[in-house]
Amino acid sequence: MTTHLLEIENLSKRFERQGGGVQALQNIRLQAEEGEFLTVIGPSGCGKSTLLRIVAGLDADYEGEVRLAGGRIAGPGIDKGFIFQEPRLFPWLTVEKNIAADLSLRDKATRRRVSELIELVKLNGFEKAYPRELSGGMAQRVAIARALLRNPRVLLLDEPFGALDAFTRAHMQEALLDIWQTNRTTMIFVTHDIDEAVFLANRVVILKPRPGEISSIVPVTLPYPRKKTTPVFQDLRLRVLSEFEKIEEVAWGESGAGI
Amino acid sequence: MNGRIRTLRPALVGLIVPVSILVAWQLLGNAGVISQLLFPNPSAIWQDFWRLLQGGELASHLRISVLRALGGFALGGGLGIAAGLLVGLFRGIERTLDPTMQMIRMIPHLAVTALFVLWFGIGETSKILLVAKGAFFPLYINTFLGIRNADNKLFEVSRILGFGFVKRTFLLALPSALPNLFLGIRLSLGVAWLSLAVAELLGSTEGIGYLMMDARMLGRTSTVFVGIALFAVIGKAADSLVLAIERRALRWNATYKGQ
Repeated sequence: MTTHLLEIENLSKRFERQGGGVQALQNIRLQAEEGEFLTVIGPSGCGKSTLLRIVAGLDADYEGEVRLAGGRIAGPGIDKGFIFQEPRLFPWLTVEKNIAADLSLRDKATRRRVSELIELVKLNGFEKAYPRELSGGMAQRVAIARALLRNPRVLLLDEPFGALDAFTRAHMQEALLDIWQTNRTTMIFVTHDIDEAVFLANRVVILKPRPGEISSIVPVTLPYPRKKTTPVFQDLRLRVLSEFEKIEEVAWGESGAGI
Repeated sequence: MNGRIRTLRPALVGLIVPVSILVAWQLLGNAGVISQLLFPNPSAIWQDFWRLLQGGELASHLRISVLRALGGFALGGGLGIAAGLLVGLFRGIERTLDPTMQMIRMIPHLAVTALFVLWFGIGETSKILLVAKGAFFPLYINTFLGIRNADNKLFEVSRILGFGFVKRTFLLALPSALPNLFLGIRLSLGVAWLSLAVAELLGSTEGIGYLMMDARMLGRTSTVFVGIALFAVIGKAADSLVLAIERRALRWNATYKGQ
């Protein structure tokens, strides 16, 4: 028996609609190792978010096998942290209470962990702030801290920086790598930004649409911290981009110059 | 000092209209333009108020009225929140219960008053029940609406965080409903107060409503006005108290506050 942290075997998912269905995912086979940083990239409609929601247990209606640490995923839970595109904080709770959520800050161990996480996501001084007082990047860091407090086996991130401006986004990518290197939490990160995918990942999983299938997996062995301007980085980026163009040619019958 | 004046100013602005009316009333009364029998001067009403207060009568009537209002409000409002919660959280209960609730809501107070007096006599039970009936519906409807206005995306977060039914209700549904809940409390208090007047005016041996009815039969118009003023002032005071609590409790809420 192999011991991958996450095992996805022959995963297929179909959305039935009036007047025909859509094959969102078809025969996905994918493994993730403990401590790995996986990015999943693909054009819109390739099923990358669907894949992530299935791993999170939010969508239980699929065919195939999805196992986390050997157990079939039966539903959502704190062992699978999830970061949405929006921070989705509780607006009536302060930063520290949002991170604690259902856990009591009166508990000393929780209190200490929350302070450590606030330190980790660099929100010192904002413990008592309400979500409406935070910028988008800060709010997303609160969401990440909330997920990490539960010590998830895997952290699933669904285009978490998609709504942020370019500077904040670059800053958040570095912050996330810091967190990953400190905590060694396994990350599965969905994005449609090639730079982001290559910058973060140990492996980039490229999905193609209609039906959603794995087109290829590009390993990224560059040491961290990476620089987006170096020639090696650009080479890798081009490799992923050319995979993309192939997908686009198949999907649309034309060159994918629009990416 | 300056800051204190600034916080007082909005309250003073609210006094402009009632004070102007009182001054005009007094002046017109002094000039003999309006009948002293139908519209006794504010000064006469004040003297009457002072007489009732000194005699100790007023305090005992007021005490029983406030107790009835609070008792009825607690009973009806509490049940309203509970029923609103159940109907808001479960669609099955909504389908079963809500149509009946809406029918009962449409039954006029005066119609049930006759029944309540028949069933329970003119004692405390019928009065508290009438107040409770009035207080029930604003809280029932607003609790329901508050829960249904909750952000569905946050319910997904609660699944990710592994909330069960109890946590979902108390950490998510109720706080989401809080703005509506406060509106419901203010409306309920108002209706409770109005229902109290109806109950006491129709048949009672003590309370502000009885004081007014008794005075009317004796032709003491000024005492009727004392009762009216008490209803207005105490009602407004209770409303302001709830509003102050609401402002504190809803600090997190980032809604439009007007220009």
